[in-house]
Amino acid sequence: MDVVINGERKQITPGVTLLELLNELELDPRAVVVEHNRKIVRRVGLADVTVQDGDAVELVHFVGGG
Amino acid sequence: MTTAIETVRDEPLTIGGRTFQSRLLVGTGKYPDMETMARAIEASGAEVVTVAVRRVNLDRTKESSVLHHLDPKHFFLLANTAGCYTAEDAIRYARLAREAGFNDFVKLEVIGDEETLLPDVAGLLEAAKVLVQEGFKVLAYTNEDLVTALRLEDAGCAAVMPLASPIGSGLGLLNPLSIRTIKRRLHVPVIVDAGVGTASDACITMEQGVDGILMNTAIAAAQDPVAMAHAMRLATTAGRAAYLAGRMPRREVAMPSSPTKGMLD
Repeated sequence: MDVVINGERKQITPGVTLLELLNELELDPRAVVVEHNRKIVRRVGLADVTVQDGDAVELVHFVGGG
Repeated sequence: MTTAIETVRDEPLTIGGRTFQSRLLVGTGKYPDMETMARAIEASGAEVVTVAVRRVNLDRTKESSVLHHLDPKHFFLLANTAGCYTAEDAIRYARLAREAGFNDFVKLEVIGDEETLLPDVAGLLEAAKVLVQEGFKVLAYTNEDLVTALRLEDAGCAAVMPLASPIGSGLGLLNPLSIRTIKRRLHVPVIVDAGVGTASDACITMEQGVDGILMNTAIAAAQDPVAMAHAMRLATTAGRAAYLAGRMPRREVAMPSSPTKGMLD
């Protein structure tokens, strides 16, 4: 199944939740903010959202800036 | 090292209900390395530090977040919307930043021109209104135009942040009159943001009576960022103290400092 993560097309296991996706990517859910198809998904809700084919996921965090 | 600020009565800086002792706010971008950044911010004495919202690098996640080097318990993280060219994008970035869970403050930038990085004031006002409505404490990066500053205050911004000169230019305070006018007319804090190049720029800016100053490149791009951060801390304090002290009137002719009477024949 294909999804677009941070602008890159990636193959992921069908049926995974956002939380499982973060685990697959070795990302700490406390350290990233997740946007799923343009909608922010709160940390507590990450296990409730299943990623579908063609979804767009953005994973952001804080970097240096002025 | 102590400074003469103890002898000057001043109030702390309060923005959106939060109180800060330091009037110097600093950015976290463009440092040669994260260790230098952490030491420079320490030397600056700043409590408010700005950060940007960007995609996680999926290959090398551990090292890229600024939070591995800055303890959010010791600093007040002010997320910016740098790089956004529309109100819609800026609102999206602000919401993502708030979701990180540190606070509901945002340094709102809506840029209108790539070469000068000057703000798109129409987009800025539009985004400010939406974000204020959503409960954000908006600190709006703007140009030195009084009317825009007034409109931003009317929109409910917690602070207005006019530029000294273009972002990253290091040209210093180009328009002291406009900055003084904005400060005189607004009730919310006025924080000059962007354009400072060296310590004298920070000092002159603070002498205009503004509530604070935000800088990044002047420290990060100095040959010794830690030493420059220290200089900026002193300059900000000195400029504030001079403003509170009240400068002497300017005169176009000389006036002797020593008595003219009692001279020998």
